[in-house]
Amino acid sequence: MTTNIVEIDNLSFGYKGRLLHQGINMLFPRGKVVAIMGGSGSGKTTLLRLIGGQIKPSKGQVRVAGEVVHQQDREGIYKLRRKMGMLFQHGALFTDLSVFDNVAFPMRELTDLPESMIRDLVLMKLNAVGLRGAHQFMPAELSGGMARRVALARAIALDPEIIMYDEPFAGLDPISMGVVCDLIRSLNDALGATSIIVSHDVKETFLIADYVYFVADGVVAAEGTPADLMQSTLPFVHQFVHGEKDGPVPFHYPAANYQSELLTEQAQ
Amino acid sequence: MQYNLLNSIANKLRGIGHRMIERTWRLGVGARLFGLAIVYSGESFKRFNLTLREIYFTGVMSLLIIVVSAFFVGMVLALQGYNTLQKYGSSEAIGVLVALALVRELGPVVTALLFAGRAGTAITAEIGLMKATEQLSAMEMMAVNPIARVVAPRFWAGVISMPILATIFSMVGILGGYLVAVPIIGVDDGAFWSQMQANVDVRLDIVNGLIKSLVFGVACTMIALFEGFDAPPTAEGVSRATTRTVVISSLTVLALDFVLTSFMMVV
Repeated sequence: MTTNIVEIDNLSFGYKGRLLHQGINMLFPRGKVVAIMGGSGSGKTTLLRLIGGQIKPSKGQVRVAGEVVHQQDREGIYKLRRKMGMLFQHGALFTDLSVFDNVAFPMRELTDLPESMIRDLVLMKLNAVGLRGAHQFMPAELSGGMARRVALARAIALDPEIIMYDEPFAGLDPISMGVVCDLIRSLNDALGATSIIVSHDVKETFLIADYVYFVADGVVAAEGTPADLMQSTLPFVHQFVHGEKDGPVPFHYPAANYQSELLTEQAQ
Repeated sequence: MQYNLLNSIANKLRGIGHRMIERTWRLGVGARLFGLAIVYSGESFKRFNLTLREIYFTGVMSLLIIVVSAFFVGMVLALQGYNTLQKYGSSEAIGVLVALALVRELGPVVTALLFAGRAGTAITAEIGLMKATEQLSAMEMMAVNPIARVVAPRFWAGVISMPILATIFSMVGILGGYLVAVPIIGVDDGAFWSQMQANVDVRLDIVNGLIKSLVFGVACTMIALFEGFDAPPTAEGVSRATTRTVVISSLTVLALDFVLTSFMMVV
């Protein structure tokens, strides 16, 4: 058994002529919470999709449990995905199914467990995220934070070895954010899983992550423990961690000269 | 001046070429989706409750619009038919006219058009929104194949529902025609039914009508499924896909009706 459950090796990925990642290397050790951080559009979610085998890299490889993801056929990829659970940014709950049925979905689809056992397992998973009492609700009746927790219960339904979180804190109120934050850490430790968090929420991510990768301009710009990165003097990391308006990542998107553009418009 | 004209013509040709390539590409993707729906059909028969659920949503929920429309179509057919037939002294043939028009043409065609508007749009919007809200991606990440779980059951539900709906349409239409022709206009009750019985052929009329509705069922459901799957994951994308479902389905049904009728006339 390798120490790293996921390994990203010299990975490049691009589409429509634009190279999003260039030679990225990352390691995700078993049992750890590892975060991938970076600005919007830096390709963090794309990395999760590459790990999940939803897209193929242009160069390099992603290995999950020692298997090269993009070399697998459909069955092979599905076999690897059974080791994974994923929490999508907006939960991605099935809107025509109740909370109970959403959590039961992977169990019913992928196992032959009897319905009585599925019931007990679903209630246990919902209890773990504090929503056993909401099992009869439909997704439309849930708040954003509750929906995220139900999606988390569904992601851990089959006790995955890897749990991937896509922006788990986005759009949550402070209480829900704290709850989700605690859940990610406690579920990771309780299940003995490996968690990969994609986020740009520095405070919450640094609170629970064991190791952090910063992605910028298609490469790993910095990496280390949260404590190391807090002390980092690298301009990009400093700007990001301390939320500074201007720095290596400029406030303005590249544009033509402001004055000449205004004058040209007037002339037109 | 001449350069600009040539440039504009080249741009137009380029645009036409681009659209042709895009249409051909979409056709290919649609055909691939159809193939995959067939390949993964085993799942929808193994777990027939999934297909039954979709039959309820696409078929049973379309019943009201089908029944009401059929009733009015049958009544109008009887009124118009009687108006013409009485000039030739053959008003008793009204039953045949209503039955043949419904069983051969109006039953399958109008049912398919209504199906495209009612169930087809619902399928496209549902799948488009599932895509936009990452539900399909979530399914994929759970190692559940969306083609087997989402597409195949809906495909077979549409294919099974359409001939049943077309049959109901024809039956209710004939009833509507009967109510106008016999109690209101005063055509002889016995003549209405006996002429119909004598002149409507099971193979040439009823079976051919059922074949048409089956083909329309495949076409309408596949178009709706493909448009949903192909919709850009935005509100505008889903809305455009829904519109395209109605437009493409309607045109396809009318064109297929002509082709099928031609073949059926020859054979």
